[in-house]
Amino acid sequence: MELNVNTEKGAAPGAPVLKIEHLHISFTQYEQGLRREQMTVIRDLDVEVRAGEMVAVVGSSGSGKSLLAHAVLGLLPYNASAGGKMEYCGSELTPDRIEKLRGSEIVMVPQSLACLDPLMKTGHQIRKGRTDKRTKNKLKEIFRRYNLKESVEELYPFELSGGMSRRILISTALIEEPKLVIADEPTPGLDLKVAKRAMEHFRELADMGAGVLVITHDLELALETVDRIVVFYAGESIEEAKASDFKREETLRHPYTKALWRAMPRNGFQPTDGVQPYAKEMPEGCPFAPRCRLCTAECSKEIPWRELRGGRVRCLSAM
Amino acid sequence: MARQWSIRIGKKIIYMLLLVAAASILTFVLMKASPVDPLQANVGQAALGSMSQEQIGKLREYWGVDGSPINQYVSWAADFIRGDMGTSLLYRRPVSEVLGVKLMNSLVLMVIAWILSGILGLVLGVVSGMNRGRWIERIVKGYCLLISSTPTFWLALLLLLVFGVWLKILPIGLSVPIGVEASGVTIWDRVYHAILPAMTLSITGVSNIALHTREKMIEIMDSDYIMFARARGLRGIRLFRQHGFRNVLLPAITLHFAAISEIFGGSVLVEQVFSYPGLGQAAVTAGLGSDLPLLMAIAVISALIVFSGNMLADILYGIVDPRIRRGGVRR
Repeated sequence: MELNVNTEKGAAPGAPVLKIEHLHISFTQYEQGLRREQMTVIRDLDVEVRAGEMVAVVGSSGSGKSLLAHAVLGLLPYNASAGGKMEYCGSELTPDRIEKLRGSEIVMVPQSLACLDPLMKTGHQIRKGRTDKRTKNKLKEIFRRYNLKESVEELYPFELSGGMSRRILISTALIEEPKLVIADEPTPGLDLKVAKRAMEHFRELADMGAGVLVITHDLELALETVDRIVVFYAGESIEEAKASDFKREETLRHPYTKALWRAMPRNGFQPTDGVQPYAKEMPEGCPFAPRCRLCTAECSKEIPWRELRGGRVRCLSAM
Repeated sequence: MARQWSIRIGKKIIYMLLLVAAASILTFVLMKASPVDPLQANVGQAALGSMSQEQIGKLREYWGVDGSPINQYVSWAADFIRGDMGTSLLYRRPVSEVLGVKLMNSLVLMVIAWILSGILGLVLGVVSGMNRGRWIERIVKGYCLLISSTPTFWLALLLLLVFGVWLKILPIGLSVPIGVEASGVTIWDRVYHAILPAMTLSITGVSNIALHTREKMIEIMDSDYIMFARARGLRGIRLFRQHGFRNVLLPAITLHFAAISEIFGGSVLVEQVFSYPGLGQAAVTAGLGSDLPLLMAIAVISALIVFSGNMLADILYGIVDPRIRRGGVRR
């Protein structure tokens, strides 16, 4: 039984699987009675995932980056609206197309066990209720690969341990033939060893030919396994860099990314003053300007997303 | 596992005994405190006036007006425990016999109403919960709110008026046809007479179940596991069959068994309106006529039925929910 991700149709290695340009997502909220308020959580996000590649979108907790996963899968809440351009394998990702593709070519690996139905046995759930021989054998193959005993199929989610549940959640992706895997915060609350192992599982999916998009707040962990990093700050993608660019501060581009670099334990553990602006009190132009030493008058204008040294950056002073 | 179960069941039995004791004491105290004078109510003011002191004394003894209430209760309880429910003062027959007939009549009504309202309520609740914001949800919600704010007896009168008086397709009351010998009454006659009261009970029972199920269904549809199931391409009927049904069934079961008490309460009113000779009507008659032995027995039986409903819900929950069923073997 071959355990492969979907590579036959389209998506040659290196071809873009997912291409997102100028994604913005906002919520309609009611405040104090009937006053309607538009809250923009993602303002301008660009990310591209190619076949066989693992890309991380890194941003702080609670910054709304999980909405990216929901937007790609067409699962935004009813009071949210999204705009921008999403392409899948070279053509536009319309709602109709999403509905056909999700769960087969586009799969999501959620962050918590709460995403498994508490009343359904694990095996049945991973197979989505399919009982044909092929699917059953495939699941056995996956369990062998992930070192899970066959008896785990008969367990309910509440009976799984933390490490087991990670592997179960990834199994839900592998039972399909995905071309695009979106992992939403795949390592919350895991100890370092288990978290690393989980990231390696995603790396394997990418090595099999799928495009893997990891959404996480853990930059250090991501750096060990991914190919490229997109840094997400206050609703915008501010830098796209190769993982190797993070070896030295000089190869990075945006002042915030550099600040992140300096804040890493092995690089001096230096904090940067200030906090990310709240979605409702966003400054004009560059959202990092109030905290930036290189800030000029030009920074309060629209900042273009431009190419620089093999990556991309949204900063006027970066060179 | 077996030990756990026996402890659980043992506890339940103790609760049940306490409940029966409390219900009987409460009924007894309320009856004793009631302003209804058994002699005036059952013999009549005029007849009493023409009687000698001796005759009145005999009647007072028959209706248990004098004597210490504590002694009366204790002797009733002692008899009851031995299985003797006493003799009904109004019907002049053993209470167990009266109760048997009335209970059978009522059970027919209540079982029909319980099953109908359970199935209909579940279906309506699920459909409206899964179609939030669409017209079908609004209709179901509107119907449920309207019905649950309608008094049962009023609805019973309305149905009586429409089907019994205007359309004349269903009988206006009683459980058997008038002027027919008991031996000539067919099963069909009984069903025919039970339709209207059972319908009333079902209609009122549905709204509560449907509203609660809808609430649960909405909660389930908003849950992470439904979101993930949708992310995995499930939708519509398949989504409901795989992940919705079992999750909504659990709370529905508890709710439905707990609803037995409501149907029971409703049946008192409905039986009154339709002059249906069931347990509810017997309770009203016994209460107003100071028939203490009958009323006490009815109170105890009702408490037992409602209690068993709740207990069954509890046990079923343990069987259906793996988190409880397998709780004991968790590592």
